[in-house]
Amino acid sequence: MMGFMMAQNFTPPPSVPKTSKTDLTDLTVAEIRDGFRAGDFSAREVAEGFNANVAAAKALNAFIVETPEKALEAADAADKAKAAGETLGQLAGVPIGMKDLFCTNGVQTTAASHMLEGFVPTYESTVSGKLWAAGAGMLGKLNLDQFAMGSSNETSYYGNVISPWRRKDGGNAALAPGGSSGGSSSAISARLCPAATGTDTGGSIRQPAAFTGISGIKPTYGRCSRWGIVAFASSLDQAGPMARTVRDNAILLEVMSGFDPKDSTSLDLAVPQWEANLSSDLKGKKVGIPKEYRPDGLNAEISAMWDRGIAWLKDAGAEVVDVSLPHTKYALPTYYIIAPAEASSNLARYDGVRYGQRDLPDGAGLQDMYAATRAAGFGPEVKRRIMIGTYVLSAGFYDAYYTQAQKVRALIARDFEQAFETCDLLLTPTAPSASFALGEKQADPLAMYLNDVFTVPASLAGLPAMAVPGGLDSAGLPIGLQIIGKALDEQTVLNAALAIEERSGFTARPDKWW
Amino acid sequence: MSIDLQTVKKIASLSRISVTDAEAEAMVPELNNILGWVEQLGEVDVTGVQPMTAVIPNHQRLRDDVINDGDVRDKVLANAPQAEHGFFAVPKVIE
Repeated sequence: MMGFMMAQNFTPPPSVPKTSKTDLTDLTVAEIRDGFRAGDFSAREVAEGFNANVAAAKALNAFIVETPEKALEAADAADKAKAAGETLGQLAGVPIGMKDLFCTNGVQTTAASHMLEGFVPTYESTVSGKLWAAGAGMLGKLNLDQFAMGSSNETSYYGNVISPWRRKDGGNAALAPGGSSGGSSSAISARLCPAATGTDTGGSIRQPAAFTGISGIKPTYGRCSRWGIVAFASSLDQAGPMARTVRDNAILLEVMSGFDPKDSTSLDLAVPQWEANLSSDLKGKKVGIPKEYRPDGLNAEISAMWDRGIAWLKDAGAEVVDVSLPHTKYALPTYYIIAPAEASSNLARYDGVRYGQRDLPDGAGLQDMYAATRAAGFGPEVKRRIMIGTYVLSAGFYDAYYTQAQKVRALIARDFEQAFETCDLLLTPTAPSASFALGEKQADPLAMYLNDVFTVPASLAGLPAMAVPGGLDSAGLPIGLQIIGKALDEQTVLNAALAIEERSGFTARPDKWW
Repeated sequence: MSIDLQTVKKIASLSRISVTDAEAEAMVPELNNILGWVEQLGEVDVTGVQPMTAVIPNHQRLRDDVINDGDVRDKVLANAPQAEHGFFAVPKVIE
């Protein structure tokens, strides 16, 4: 109840003047942006600070490729533009991390796979291109689960990412930073970058954010262009930002969003001014609490955090109503048909001919080359999902599995539509537990899949959803809350997250051991 | 519906992933576990429900039928494991 008591007396923190004595790597995106513009520090000082943190954090294995020179190049351009009195981009002076699923022109892009080791794109993904055009600099390419398939960052070909958090039990067990955007979550929470890109297919932004005590938003499907992002499951994949504050997420999402003719599912809509319209006053808003998200046996601390979140939103002026999403229990099995089916189709492109690895046994023909290349280039989880997908799409099984899953998916989306007739947003837990130890769930794929139980339904329905930290559990690890909004209503999602952020007083950070 | 060793080998072949006998045997229980779990979807009443095709309503766009890209052959070939004379090169297909 500690957090709730604090909420009663909440007053916004006074803005602290930034001096050169502040550790620049403790600043948020908004503080870096504004401080740079005000002349409190140079962009180069900021980039050098983060470059140093990145270089000193090898133990976290958050980066696959470090690009300090790119960060400095963008910083020098920002300093020069400022000195010349030129108009500055929205992210001028802000260095960020780039999940290694976004193709970056001239910088290796691997999707954390052996298959794409050495692949250097000759083009830039739309989303990363927008970030660079806004003045952001790249600190490096962040590690992830291989082809974004995983919930603990244990499927990367380049080794596990380690969470900077440790349990307060005196042990040194290496904990999972979540997945698939585990390099992003680990790096932000360890102050290696103030923000990073993530991608979310079934929770890959939200669950890692929850595990590391940061925020992240998956926007409405179609807000961010998928062009140039290594594809996993195209009807679910969405890019989004990850950062320490809600405001920072709004700033980045504005830059990352927008219509792109190169993505056939891109939404041709203007990008709202999410940052300017941030407001934690929720008067007149109705918050739905879906009863199916509180199954028997839900972790007591997660359940208590959820109750605290409900109280915080009430305190912000919202009205709370009970809602039902009756098909929730079918969301995960639906996802684990649709996502592998789309993956088996998308990953057919890795054939050893056009890019990536080629394995050509002596005297092998073309078909043997395909099979050998794919056996050597894909990790076990990727193979598992390709094979599940191939099976559910194969002759005789397509209707029983794939068509049935697409029908249930329609019912899951309808559940949300009906719930939103009586409320404006939903509040739920983000993950069923706090972070777990590396290796703890790796032996059982099904146990790992269950980690996405609260995040997958919104993905299947294409809805905007955000993770925001709520507090620490009894082991000293972050646990978070999830807000799910109506399609295209990212503003309400951000505003509710802001109301929670203001009331939770979450300032915890991992003790530096790396 | 459970799958056997032969089915796993067939799926691997359709997926163009070579597997050893030992790998295929290890995959039988793994895949059966996952497929057994997703089969619970069969109990959902989907009478009259259309399978979802687009998650957010959107319309298919057409663009003008004009050339808007191209002349990037070297860029396209830049990451090929083997490229010769401006082409992707593969092992001989016709004996």
